Amino acid sequence: MKAKKGMWVEVENIVLRPGERAPHLPEDTKRVPLVMWVKGFLESDVASLGDNVKVRTLTGRIVEGKLVTINPRHVHDFGDCVEELLQVGEEVKKELEKVLKEEDSDER
Amino acid sequence: MKDNSYQAVMARKNEIMKKSVGIDYDVLEYGRLSFDYEGLMKKVPYSIEEIAEIQAQTKVGRTPLFELKNLTSLVRRYSPPGKGARIFIKDEAANCSGSFKDRRASLSVYHAKKLGFKGVIAATSGNYGAAVAAQAAQRGLKCIVVQEVYDSRKVGQPEILEKARKCEAYGAEVVQLTVGPELFYVFLMLLEETGYFNASLYTPYSIAGIETLGYELAVEVKEREGRFPDAVVITHAGGGNVTGTARGLLKAGADKTCIIGASVDLTGLHMASDEDFNKKSFTTGHTGFGVPFAVWPDRSDVPRNAARPLRYLDRYVTVTQGEVFFTTEVLARVEGLERGPAGNTSLAAAIALAKEMDRDQIIVVQETEYTGAGKHPLAQLSFARKNGIEVRRGHPSENVPGKNIVIPESISQLGYKEMDLDRLRQSYIKNALEKAGVKAVEKVDVDFLSEETKWPVDRVLECLRDYGIDVE
Repeated sequence: MKAKKGMWVEVENIVLRPGERAPHLPEDTKRVPLVMWVKGFLESDVASLGDNVKVRTLTGRIVEGKLVTINPRHVHDFGDCVEELLQVGEEVKKELEKVLKEEDSDER
Repeated sequence: MKDNSYQAVMARKNEIMKKSVGIDYDVLEYGRLSFDYEGLMKKVPYSIEEIAEIQAQTKVGRTPLFELKNLTSLVRRYSPPGKGARIFIKDEAANCSGSFKDRRASLSVYHAKKLGFKGVIAATSGNYGAAVAAQAAQRGLKCIVVQEVYDSRKVGQPEILEKARKCEAYGAEVVQLTVGPELFYVFLMLLEETGYFNASLYTPYSIAGIETLGYELAVEVKEREGRFPDAVVITHAGGGNVTGTARGLLKAGADKTCIIGASVDLTGLHMASDEDFNKKSFTTGHTGFGVPFAVWPDRSDVPRNAARPLRYLDRYVTVTQGEVFFTTEVLARVEGLERGPAGNTSLAAAIALAKEMDRDQIIVVQETEYTGAGKHPLAQLSFARKNGIEVRRGHPSENVPGKNIVIPESISQLGYKEMDLDRLRQSYIKNALEKAGVKAVEKVDVDFLSEETKWPVDRVLECLRDYGIDVE
């Protein structure tokens, strides 16, 4: 897919390569680059994924980087059902019913 | 052209900071290692009434205080006779962007505008970003939020992805980074490039903004119940929530209220580790921030942090991830409040603490936060499972951060671990001495350390003797 001028896209930049990272990092972090992603409206007329492009961000900054996503989607969701939590809910509901019954009879 | 290498930018740190927060921190320093903390807080030129007014203009504050009667009844089933304090909760999710962080952001953004800044920048992966974005939107300022969100595979924490979405919803530019403390380097470059205000979580504006929270809850409990709360439980991460709330309580006259900090126990996980990053299910309110920020607050993004929790904490407890998810489910099921898990850290602790307090006592949980896709128990537990974390029922003592999340079998199992505050005070003093690089201090420094640690002067002197430090 090609991106056209004005489309909402995401660009990627390597900020620090592994050798340039801060001292005192854990080994697993030191081994990988510090990568940055910024979204904005595409400035070039047309571009393909992987091209070096400029975008205009929501504050109006112009940021250059590798085009990695066109019209990026929010992928987070509500997850799968977690039975353990459903069980908790059912258990406390039953407990509460008992407690409320006791309180009712106390009041009478 | 400016040298933008890591070393060059970090070397310009103080100069960039001074311009971006409009505070000259140097003039506050005195003695060998001390600074004028109350003088720093006085840089906020507004009274608590004025702050409340400023916050009301942008839909912040005056949140409801609810008594959790059903939950209290359930807790009493598992309390010794005569025990089981009344649990109240301040529903901070009712602030405009859904958390108490709106209080911090509102004053910073108001002040930034007054000083003539065109925009604000905040380095945050949490609710604070959304709060700054929502405030900037209302005050007509531009906003950039810098987040640590992905591991090196570009797998993002669901909770932080949601925060990015919310920031964009308010029109903010979101700069997203992989794991690493060099976020600060990117943050500094952005401050230099844009000339925007540093809406740091740790300026006096940010802390003064939270004072209204402690103040409101003290006044409301007093009005309704004829007395101040016996205890207030505050989720503790960077220290601002504890500091601001406690200062507000004191301003309302609630000087006998026990200030209890609570964090999720993430012992064993390294906060700067690419591999550990997605093994945790809490991105804030945990010991990975709570302990380092208590023992050395000035690790923050400003020269002197206005959040200084050891000045105010009477107790500090930890709970497990599983206990907080359990509590989140219980809150929805018996109180009809579906709220975000991270905001329920202090509630999980309060349930355990209430069991030990008298029935007529009042314990207040001072926050809730909004919930939604990503920041929801189902989303976060599903994500944990995908990252190899075992999720099961069991006793909280079986929790091992980064390995499993154990959901308690009953309210009876909810407990807490008491942190040794004296040990934290001791390491704070050690850090203060080391960072200043001194072998001797003056009398004024001893007084300062006493205020910083809530230790009597004698106890500070004893500690200094142990470290071989002379008092001149």
